[in-house]
Amino acid sequence: MTDPVWLVGAAMTPFGRFPDQDLLDLGSTAALGALSDAAVSIRDVDVLAAGNVFQAASGVGQRLLQQIGQTGIPVFNVVNACATGATALRTAILAIRAGEADIALAVGMEQMGKLGLLPTSMDEGWSNETFEPAGRDGSVIDTGGILGAAAMPAVFATAGIEYAYQHGGVHFEQFAKVAEKNHAHSTLNPLAQYRKQFTYDEIHAAPMIAFPNNMLMCAPTGDGAAAAVIVSSERLASMSDDQQARAVKISASVLTSDPWSDAGEALPDFNTLTRNAAVAAYEQAGVSPSDLDLVELHDCFATAELLHYDNLMLCAPGEAGRFIDERHPWRDGSMPVNVSGGLLSKGHPIAATGIAGIYEIAMHLRGEAGERQITNASVGLAHVLGLGSSCGVHILERRAA
Amino acid sequence: MTARIPIVDYLVIDDGDPYLVAHEAEDSGALSFTRRNADPVNGTPGFIPRRLETTGTVRAFTVVHRDAPGIEVPYASVIVALDGGGVVRGRLTGTSRHPRNVATIKRVRLTTFVAGVDDHGTEAIAYAFEPEPTGDGDD
Repeated sequence: MTDPVWLVGAAMTPFGRFPDQDLLDLGSTAALGALSDAAVSIRDVDVLAAGNVFQAASGVGQRLLQQIGQTGIPVFNVVNACATGATALRTAILAIRAGEADIALAVGMEQMGKLGLLPTSMDEGWSNETFEPAGRDGSVIDTGGILGAAAMPAVFATAGIEYAYQHGGVHFEQFAKVAEKNHAHSTLNPLAQYRKQFTYDEIHAAPMIAFPNNMLMCAPTGDGAAAAVIVSSERLASMSDDQQARAVKISASVLTSDPWSDAGEALPDFNTLTRNAAVAAYEQAGVSPSDLDLVELHDCFATAELLHYDNLMLCAPGEAGRFIDERHPWRDGSMPVNVSGGLLSKGHPIAATGIAGIYEIAMHLRGEAGERQITNASVGLAHVLGLGSSCGVHILERRAA
Repeated sequence: MTARIPIVDYLVIDDGDPYLVAHEAEDSGALSFTRRNADPVNGTPGFIPRRLETTGTVRAFTVVHRDAPGIEVPYASVIVALDGGGVVRGRLTGTSRHPRNVATIKRVRLTTFVAGVDDHGTEAIAYAFEPEPTGDGDD
């Protein structure tokens, strides 16, 4: 049996748009916050795993250490699409499990501004001077939008409709209800990018992006960072009573990629790798979905959240529509999902998202989530999915008294 | 005669009616449209070209209202399971783009359209799908 790894510090910045700060300001705020929360110093940290997508080639982790303490520790810079933050955490966990570190720092940071999830240009790499086949499909122009919908809102919209085709009880209304829930939840989260509640009718009337995902069913992009300090069991035993009391057990840490599927080139399959990750995580943690007190899952679009109710086995197979209809994933329901407001309203600075989900779960397990606290939460699951594809699932547990 | 070139190399336009051709992995039978270096299922080498059917069944759709600059919206996009194998994405043309209508379209067939013209006047030919005639005189 693998010795457990423990989370002893966590922090995140508010998510939003902060043009007066740069990426390193955001990362520093989260990292120093997590170190302070853990009551340790950067001098105690043995390894840093730094996640970032949009400046990934710039040595982000080393640049971060230049701001918070250049102690000479090894740095792993990681990028894994929307699973980047979870991958940073998993990298840090692996370093501890390998016995090469006792204390590790994982940071996810991103500065996107108003960069959205739609493509900004159709001309990259192609020339209209003379059509010449290029790339692995021999394309002569950018095929995005021409050979069907390839932008993210549309890809996830199509996946939602595929689920609706396969299972009864799923229509536009069920997807809209997901958005209604998450926008409502975000009103209790002071770190959320948006904290505005919308009625079902207001959501129904929002401008359409890619049916069924409309404006209020798509996650905003923005700026933000999140960080976690984790330790080995041996190191935890040497920490103070208070540090030990607030420690959260990381019962499962799983990362998967997408296996071959016959439709994968037409529509990425983000169900199988999520289901594979969930099965492995439940087995690793020795818990079942019914043991969970709350879940933070990857609702980059409302359609995605509905699919993941099923993929994470929060509902019976094919019953995701009924699951939201019966309000199970609301914060006062039987299986609270995205009580932070989710990506839809809390925001989605890509590399920060994975650790922000861990932060949210940890706050509830410690009883430190303030107004949005889920009472007596003892087990939680955090899930992220990066298109391409990569899936991270972590299960956290409150430390036994 | 206007010069034409397929928008992707797996669309064949100069052999009678247009069709798609896939790389079929010799070992697993997996079909890919993009060039691969080994069987995507098990990593063994060897592919053979396979001509695919031009009719199929819609298994999902969306209607896009916002896309990259230069892409005309709205348009309907479908995922089609081709008869006999192969799953492909394309636009749905020749019918209303309203979701209530698109949801009723189950059977489709391959069609083509001009997607662009280069400075020499060469047309890039793209593929799409249109509702398959029902045989009730609506062809």
